[in-house]
Amino acid sequence: MSRSPYLSSAPSVSIIMVKVMLALVPAIAAYVWVFGAGILVMLALASITALAAEALMLKLRNRPIKPFLMDGSALLTAWLLALSLPPLAPWWLVVVGTFFAIVIAKQLYGGLGYNPFNPAMVGYAVLLISFPVIMTHWPAPLELAQAKLSLANQLQYIFGTTNGLSLDAVSMATPLDYLKTQLTLHHSVQEITAAPQFGLLGAKGGELVVGAYLLGGLYLLQQRLITWHLPTAFLSVLALMAGAFYLVDATHYAHPLFHLFTGASMLGAFFIITDPVSGPTTPKGKLVFAAGIAVLTYLIRVYGGYPDGVAFSVLLMNMCVPLIDAWTQPRVFGHKK
Amino acid sequence: MSEVNQEATQEAVQVAEVKAQPKVFYSEIVENGLWKQNPGLVQLLGLCPTLAMTVSLVNGFSLGVMTAVVMAASNASVAPIRQWVPTEIRIPVFILIIAALVTIIDLSMHAYLQSLHAVLGIFIPLIVTNCIVLARVEAFAAKNPVVPSALDGFMMGFGLALVLATLGGVREIIGKGTLFSGIDLVFGPSAKSMILTIIPDYHGFLLAILPPGAFIGLASLIATRNWLAQRKAAREASAPASATLITH
Repeated sequence: MSRSPYLSSAPSVSIIMVKVMLALVPAIAAYVWVFGAGILVMLALASITALAAEALMLKLRNRPIKPFLMDGSALLTAWLLALSLPPLAPWWLVVVGTFFAIVIAKQLYGGLGYNPFNPAMVGYAVLLISFPVIMTHWPAPLELAQAKLSLANQLQYIFGTTNGLSLDAVSMATPLDYLKTQLTLHHSVQEITAAPQFGLLGAKGGELVVGAYLLGGLYLLQQRLITWHLPTAFLSVLALMAGAFYLVDATHYAHPLFHLFTGASMLGAFFIITDPVSGPTTPKGKLVFAAGIAVLTYLIRVYGGYPDGVAFSVLLMNMCVPLIDAWTQPRVFGHKK
Repeated sequence: MSEVNQEATQEAVQVAEVKAQPKVFYSEIVENGLWKQNPGLVQLLGLCPTLAMTVSLVNGFSLGVMTAVVMAASNASVAPIRQWVPTEIRIPVFILIIAALVTIIDLSMHAYLQSLHAVLGIFIPLIVTNCIVLARVEAFAAKNPVVPSALDGFMMGFGLALVLATLGGVREIIGKGTLFSGIDLVFGPSAKSMILTIIPDYHGFLLAILPPGAFIGLASLIATRNWLAQRKAAREASAPASATLITH
């Protein structure tokens, strides 16, 4: 159903979802290049779980199953969650997270269009607070790993049939994690970023994936599936925060570009915070929402207990969305403020 | 003269009201406490301990039983003095009685169940502020004789204890994969063998132990209860003839 000037018709939900998934393809390809093909298995597991959970809940709620399953929203949630998880996580991790995201965060609140919280981020937060050890065990990029992992090896990790190879041998602290722990040991940022897992801007290898997210995000902007407000406000406020701290004390605070190109910054900026359901609808509200997420993300990264904070920041700002929307109602033409 | 007369008639009316109260059905009191008006699942009163203390079955059930004892005792102590408590100050009077009883429970637990007392901690004195206790005193004991009041207090408390135990059990199994952990705090170190490991080699699902697990768990219990109640109602509606035979 399109709205009044009728110059163009709004694309259907499934077209939007397919295009967003298309925008994720370069990042997935980069992921396979950097970390190996295990991520494809994770994506498949997440997709199957999401579709099964969605169908089950729709049946329990007496809703038509096929049209809702075909709209692709559950599939997109599954992909975003799988891309946020460590690529060599055990299979049940991704299944539990996806199940939680679809059943509790999406369907119990009323399904697509009614969920106040971003389902993928709820799934991620549940997993992070429930299984902190597994969730912070990221495999090293293939070029840095001590033991080169074939796809068969990766499958062994995912399905828990490892023969002697412990995950510790192939995992290494992510740059954000490493930076945080090393800073507490009174090393300077310059010393820390000389470690092998740091690349040109962010994480070695990881920055390729981040660049692919940026590429996909620009495609979404070009297709007008997202507006400039959210990504621009998020990235610029994050860079401003990081830049201010960096200018004050460059030995204790990382370069702003590092913050933009590590962790979930780019994925968040273009694919997570742009969720139209759980985000604000007014243009001014979008700026406030994204800026809030950026400030919280930076604070959690620097002062919080977790290495990255995009998921928690998104959930916290999701709570503020009704308030933001109410405060930023645009002036209707012909009415005084 | 007329004032005295008025007072006398008022008192007479009060006494008559008390006498004219309908007969209390004990089975109804039991059913209300355990199912129909269960404090944890229907009235949703006393949620603070329900959510905070149900990390294990033993914790939940112990606190629930303490609450039940306090509720039975407070209902039984308020019922006999209900005619003499002035309406205007009844709440402070009731709270003082409840507080005195909770202090007794708190000190005796400190003396005889020291380790359990340490685990339940602040939540034992906080039974005073648990609104379900005052709610039953105000709604039932202030209007009914001693024996039904005591039964009502105990059954409401026991209903709450069952909810706390179920919620604690579910959270414990999902969160830690065990059941009856901490039972040695109640029955001494020899009871440690009673701890069941339901899921061996379990990673632990911390969410169930953390506060969100309490909210999600309680919501699931309420949903299950509503579903059962609705199913029962639907069955009775579809077979009205047999239903009328069973109920009085």
